[in-house]
Amino acid sequence: MSGHSPHEIKASVRRYLLVFGALIVGTAVTVGAYYIDIPSVAMTVALAMLIASVKAFLVAGYFMHLMSERKMIYGILGSTAFFFSVLMYLTVWAHGQAPPGTVYLGASIAAAQHAPAAHPPASH
Amino acid sequence: MEIPYVVQPRPDTGLYNAKLGIWLFLASEVMLFGALFSSYILLRIGAAPGAWPHGLLNIPIGTVNTLVLITSSITVVMAWASLKLNQFNRFKMFQGITLVCAMLFVCIKSYEYYDKFTHYEVIMTDGMVADGHLVEKSDTHITLKHVAVFHEGEGTAGDHHGEHREEMRIEAAQIRKMENYGPWHNTYLAIYFTLTALHALHVIGGAAVIAYLWGPGSRMWKTDPERFTNRIEISGLFWHFVDLVWIFLFPVLYLL
Amino acid sequence: MQSTTSQTGHTEAHDAHHEEPGFWRAYVFSTDHKVIGIQYGVTSLIFLLFGFFLMMMMRWQIAYPGHPIPVMGPILEKVLGDVASGGVMSSDLYNSFGAMHGTIMVFLAVVPLAFAAFGNYVVPLQIGAVDMAFPRINMVSYQCFVVGGVVMMVSFFIPGGAAQAGWTSYSPLATSIPTDGQTFWILGMVFLITSSLLGAVNFIATIIQLRAPGMTWMRLPFFVWAQFVTAFLLLLAFPPLEAAAVMQLMDKVAHTSFFLPTGLAIGGNLANVSGGGSPLLWQHLFWFLGHPEVYVLILPALGIVAEVVANNTRKPLWGYKSLVYASLAIGFLSFIVWAHHMYLTGMGTAISTFFQTTTMIISIPSVVILTCLLISLWGGSIRINTPMLFALGFLPMFGIGGLTGLPLGLNYSDIHLHDTYYVIAHFHYVVAPGTIFGLMAGIYYWYPKATGRFMSEFWGKVHFWTSLVFMNLIFQPMFAQGMAGMLRRMVDGGVNYSLAKVGNDAIGGLSDTMIGMNVGISHAAWLLGVSQIPFIINFFWSITHGKKVTSDNPWDATTLEWQTPTPPPHGNFATAMKVYHGPYEYSAPGQSKDFAPQNEPMR
Repeated sequence: MSGHSPHEIKASVRRYLLVFGALIVGTAVTVGAYYIDIPSVAMTVALAMLIASVKAFLVAGYFMHLMSERKMIYGILGSTAFFFSVLMYLTVWAHGQAPPGTVYLGASIAAAQHAPAAHPPASH
Repeated sequence: MEIPYVVQPRPDTGLYNAKLGIWLFLASEVMLFGALFSSYILLRIGAAPGAWPHGLLNIPIGTVNTLVLITSSITVVMAWASLKLNQFNRFKMFQGITLVCAMLFVCIKSYEYYDKFTHYEVIMTDGMVADGHLVEKSDTHITLKHVAVFHEGEGTAGDHHGEHREEMRIEAAQIRKMENYGPWHNTYLAIYFTLTALHALHVIGGAAVIAYLWGPGSRMWKTDPERFTNRIEISGLFWHFVDLVWIFLFPVLYLL
Repeated sequence: MQSTTSQTGHTEAHDAHHEEPGFWRAYVFSTDHKVIGIQYGVTSLIFLLFGFFLMMMMRWQIAYPGHPIPVMGPILEKVLGDVASGGVMSSDLYNSFGAMHGTIMVFLAVVPLAFAAFGNYVVPLQIGAVDMAFPRINMVSYQCFVVGGVVMMVSFFIPGGAAQAGWTSYSPLATSIPTDGQTFWILGMVFLITSSLLGAVNFIATIIQLRAPGMTWMRLPFFVWAQFVTAFLLLLAFPPLEAAAVMQLMDKVAHTSFFLPTGLAIGGNLANVSGGGSPLLWQHLFWFLGHPEVYVLILPALGIVAEVVANNTRKPLWGYKSLVYASLAIGFLSFIVWAHHMYLTGMGTAISTFFQTTTMIISIPSVVILTCLLISLWGGSIRINTPMLFALGFLPMFGIGGLTGLPLGLNYSDIHLHDTYYVIAHFHYVVAPGTIFGLMAGIYYWYPKATGRFMSEFWGKVHFWTSLVFMNLIFQPMFAQGMAGMLRRMVDGGVNYSLAKVGNDAIGGLSDTMIGMNVGISHAAWLLGVSQIPFIINFFWSITHGKKVTSDNPWDATTLEWQTPTPPPHGNFATAMKVYHGPYEYSAPGQSKDFAPQNEPMR
């Protein structure tokens, strides 16, 4: 197989160490971002997921050699990723589509009893 | 009878059997963790506003565990590269570090579990909540340490609200309800325990395979080095996947 | 290069043949795909019979509610105790039998038979492989299946009996029934899912890696394609159910609230749970598997029918490529139709419309497949034998099953039909006279390869015609009952429900005719049971007494499984296979015979 001669392996080792460094930095940034107060929840989530995705890309791409893998594997993983996103997206969509008032949120009702102006039971 | 392509890749696919097999298996693992991850999202967006707890976990400990797992990932890939360079002793060293990391990860995770199981929320008859770690429990009273005290319905343990006390003694008669932070306590802890326990089982399973290939299984290096290197690659692929799952679990469960 | 390795491989196989493996290695802990296939086959046929037995008992309760079951009643009472006191089926027992009938039929009978048994036996032979890619994993897969089956069986005898919440195990019902049956069900399912996953990995790897030289993708027999798509469905659809099972197990054992909403009341009291869970989450995860599972049930049967039809019409399958692409399309689409099982859960109209649309689209490739098979019959000089009869019976039965599914896929008509006997009739037409007929065709077709003898043609025909008649007598009336509004899962067959009626002509309630059909259906079900006796005897008797085959290829077939010695030895082929042309070269012009095996070059 190509890419596995001693010389190339030595080149890969240097790359592995770089990736290792990047993963450490990524972890530090993720944790650091937690302590900085970002006002928007959406931004916080997006940033955390972005860093995690970059780290995942590095692990999968370099440690798992996906950067130079066969087409067959890409096909399998591509379809898996697609069906996973289908599962996630459609369930969340279905949840968001539930007609208003059909989702019972007991806790918020309890909260509303404590403070009358609090959240009405509504679906999201 | 000999099954072809056990060691050498099949020319048209470029893969040996086990490599295709492990990727297929990992595809199913993606769907397994993906379904749990989707469940997490659905439970979280379905939670009553403000009801999703924050700050229940110790972030420095989680960070250390993340670093431990990342370290084990680089040693796994270095172990494989060592075999490719014909350096069996370096392989032994790197894979030894991997195993130490795996054990360390499980130990730290166990400590975190222990910490949650001794962490109690005590609702008292006067409507106050005492939230802290159990030191002592008897028929007449309990003693908690590092306690936050707040009114019921006003915040949760992680909010750092309320009055703080180093130690607190509560009489049994004062207790209306007392529950530790196990999976039964709320939906967040339920998904936390389920995801991390399933992940920890993967760590233990992967470590068992790596340990076998490090110990008795490494005899194959003498008889069939190419096949042995393949086995290390495959166990490594699984290990990286376990690391990859953690990369997502850590921010999702600890930070967000 | 390939042929030399295989040649040396063959001599090794010859040497290995001399050191006979002992009984345990050869028959119980075997890694040979053919032995594992037969193990799967026999085990799942036993489960098929047992699942059918549960239903025959339930049909008595439906037809004659509250009357002691003749013959079996006292036995049930002795074995299961109070739930069958006086030989009468209690509602708890009815619920258990109903849930376990579904579970056993789907997960322990039809899927293992269609996918694992036929797949294991036939796929490596058809692609010219010596075995599966991972023989030991194959063995472990079967062992997990057995453990899962044993756990399910044991659950009948624990206090409180087996699971009672239907094969779909909807939470919160499944979680809040206070007995342990559901816990056993979940544990059993975890083993069965593991077994399926290991099998799926093995099949895909085998089909991709171990095809003989020359066996290109478009030269694969259609059965192999069907198994390939099925394996992908299992690989990607089962893990979400495994995740759901783990969460339900946590709900049962660790008292979490994954599927238990805030404010859940059980028996009029607020349940002592933390709440915050989502009952619909279970349904999403369950049906994410559940719908692809339907195609897991049907695709292997379609594959078998295609093989049998091509062989017995003595001409190539019409539209081989259409069949292949249609099954790929089915595989893809089956992942995005699942919520058509959930129209009544109060999903929004947009999401209902989405799933209704995808559901209508998936009927297209299904119709393409059925049409190709029907047109394949056109102009053929059809040989009528038992496998062909079952294959021919399959076509209209599957057609009825598929077409009656359309009203269920449209959310307006589904509101009326949901959870009625119409649904039962619909999916049983797909699976019982559909898939099971396909599987029977496969058993009669490949039996001579596995044993070297034919099953009796006469008794095979008796089996077919009686089964065909009684299957239809069972399921046709259910369409009427369902459209009249009879709900499924009622322990008394709808008698109490019909007390609400105002008169035979009035809307609401069930007419005496509808209730009365219960008796006829039940008798048809028991007679269907009787019609299986010729098959069971034929199956065992023919192993030693059937008519011997005169050649290794008794049906004059083209595919590779017939180019082996009979029965195929360990390692399968006497010489390494090389493939020269497509799988269905029947009656090709200019040939000396009316069939051209794939491993023989054509003139």
